[in-house]
Amino acid sequence: MTPTLAGRIQTRIFVTLIIGGLWTALISFVLPNTDGAAIGDVYKITFRVVAAMLVLGLLWELLYHGLMQYRWEKDWPSFFGFWTAINEGLLLWILIKADAVPDVPKELPGSTFLVHFVTVWIVAWLWLQGPMKIVTPRWRYRGGRLV
Amino acid sequence: MASLNPPGAPPAVSGGSGELTDHLLNTSIWSDGDVAAAGIPIYDVPFITVGGGMGSFALVDTLKIAGVPSSQIRVLGQNTIPYQTYKYLCANSQIDENTRIRSDSSSVMDNIWGWPGYAVREAFGKRPEGFFKPLWSVFSEPIVADYWTPQAGQVFHSIDREMVRIGWNEMLVPGLVRVIRRRYGGGYFVLHTPPPGTTPTRRVAFRCNYVHVGVGYPGLRFLADLQEYRQKYNDYRHVVNAYEPHDHVYEELTRHASVVVVRGSGIVGSRIVERLLGDREKHGAQTVIWHLFRNYVSGPTGPPRFRRYGEHGFAYQGFNFSRAGWGGTIKHQIEKLEGPERIAFIRSIGGTNTPWRKEWQEGLRKGRAGGYYRTHVGEVEEVYPGENGLIVTRIRSTDGAVLEIPANYIIDATGLEGTTDDHRVLADLLKHGGAGKNPNGRLDVEKNFELRGTRSETGRMFASGSITLGGYYAPVDSFLGLQYVALQVADELANLGFCKKIGPGKSVAGWWNWARNKRI
Ligand SMILES: Cc1cc2nc3c(=O)[nH]c(=O)nc-3n(C[C@H](O)[C@H](O)[C@H](O)COP(=O)(O)OP(=O)(O)OC[C@H]3O[C@@H](n4cnc5c(N)ncnc54)[C@H](O)[C@@H]3O)c2cc1C
Repeated sequence: MTPTLAGRIQTRIFVTLIIGGLWTALISFVLPNTDGAAIGDVYKITFRVVAAMLVLGLLWELLYHGLMQYRWEKDWPSFFGFWTAINEGLLLWILIKADAVPDVPKELPGSTFLVHFVTVWIVAWLWLQGPMKIVTPRWRYRGGRLV
Repeated sequence: MASLNPPGAPPAVSGGSGELTDHLLNTSIWSDGDVAAAGIPIYDVPFITVGGGMGSFALVDTLKIAGVPSSQIRVLGQNTIPYQTYKYLCANSQIDENTRIRSDSSSVMDNIWGWPGYAVREAFGKRPEGFFKPLWSVFSEPIVADYWTPQAGQVFHSIDREMVRIGWNEMLVPGLVRVIRRRYGGGYFVLHTPPPGTTPTRRVAFRCNYVHVGVGYPGLRFLADLQEYRQKYNDYRHVVNAYEPHDHVYEELTRHASVVVVRGSGIVGSRIVERLLGDREKHGAQTVIWHLFRNYVSGPTGPPRFRRYGEHGFAYQGFNFSRAGWGGTIKHQIEKLEGPERIAFIRSIGGTNTPWRKEWQEGLRKGRAGGYYRTHVGEVEEVYPGENGLIVTRIRSTDGAVLEIPANYIIDATGLEGTTDDHRVLADLLKHGGAGKNPNGRLDVEKNFELRGTRSETGRMFASGSITLGGYYAPVDSFLGLQYVALQVADELANLGFCKKIGPGKSVAGWWNWARNKRI
């Protein structure tokens, strides 16, 4: 991908909220350690995790955009897009454990978070590799901008 | 092949010779009467694309997906297959079906969405043994693996399928376009010369409201000193251009130990050198290569945030422009620039460059170590006949030192292109059609690729390909660039009411039709 800053921000909002949101709505039923919990209560937490992913993600994008300027091709390889799950996931987990994410209990089990975060990430990443371009054929020429 | 005649529009002819008359030639804007008086039959088709190459294909593909019926489109071109010229130039420059070309996986000519890309398709086509390699390569590019690029054959085959799907042959009218002129009352006449004997008159005219000019390279150019040598000594055998057929050179090199001078350090030069080195390995050729550089890049150039890697003479980058030129920050930047500033910037992200490929590096390294790949830097002063039928190249370095290199063959791999004046249709557009040149000497186009100055009432003329280099979009001469232009033009035509805009719904439906290979 060859994002512009506006494109990064718009794409991040779109995939986190729409794709991540839809996926979260589906997967929250089957996440580990949710047996017996009312789905409404699970949603409350998983959707706050998605919201936190978005807020942090936008900050990360600023950093990535700065780093990208040091690449001659001014592209952001999908390889980076995939593996940045590690730094983003770790930071979010640390913040949750520090009780710094509003309304997400610091007792959130690691496996619940891991399965949720990793699958949201992969689904969003896969979405960007193909389906996104099919829905919005101009997206790839606009540096990821949707509007 | 398409009949010339669109449904329900019998051409009116009244007397005249059916030839291009002096009156027509000297009149910039033609009336219906002018054309009829010359006895040239007129066919009405709203949209005409001139060229029938890759650019025409990308545009017609997009328009068909936007829902334009075939009857509204005619493709006027010399060749019957869109990639014919491309394939010919590839073959000459030693890119056969199995050679990897220089565009990324998502520059898929048969699919306007770019997905599934060529890498995914190759993976599924080469199951089970070859499944993971392309996928890993495209996943890890360019960090672990080099940029993944498709084999030329894959591009050809995918176009074959899409050609049938969109009914290319029904829209194709073979022949040579002679001129495009504006029409009194709006729109244009495209004067066409079908193959002799296929039509009652030598010329036919297409009356249309929209024209796209996609004639590819206006001509090929040779380095002036080499061209001079060829003409002076009538030697077209030992001094050759990489874009013209020159397989005899490689054949003879496998028979006799020889020295070859290669000029040009771009992608074409890289491929020619690869071929020469490969023939040493595979066919036991004893060739010594002298690679001449005018600008020798010895290391990375530019400030930290605009630094291009370079080494051993070459400037390295994945594609012919820095990648964000196709659709990222660089594209955005160019759109804001005007005049000479724009040209300078386009040159700084392009110019002579070649991709860094592991196999190529390995070959060059061995060649340097073995002493059979040598480089020299300087300005060629003269090329002249030497002893024993050798051709001597005399080069002066910047420090004034002069070197004379006798060689059996010289290959011009600079990939120089002709100018717009070299092409009859383009020269005519500049003289009669209102078209102008951009600061790069090519045709001046708007951001949506409308040819500036050529409007004819409601009529619009567009151009794509290398003839528009220097405009607001740098990679015009590339698959993805041609597809970008196609989308821009289709959007403009939608604004004008000619077709529907490809919005999300149409796009998804269009892709689904593509996936099912449904005729459109
Ligand atoms: C060796 C080589 C390798 C390349 N590799 C790549 C690559 O790997 N990736 C990439 O993205 N791009 C590549 N390109 C660049 C570019 O994508 C191709 O050149 C592409 O074919 C350009 O399309 P076009 O429509 O502009 O021209 P063409 O495909 O050449 O089509 C123009 C057509 O117009 C016809 N024509 C001209 N004048 C008239 C007339 N008066 N009447 C009727 N017909 C006429 C010609 O016969 C020609 O067939 C390569 C180019 C070359 C030369």
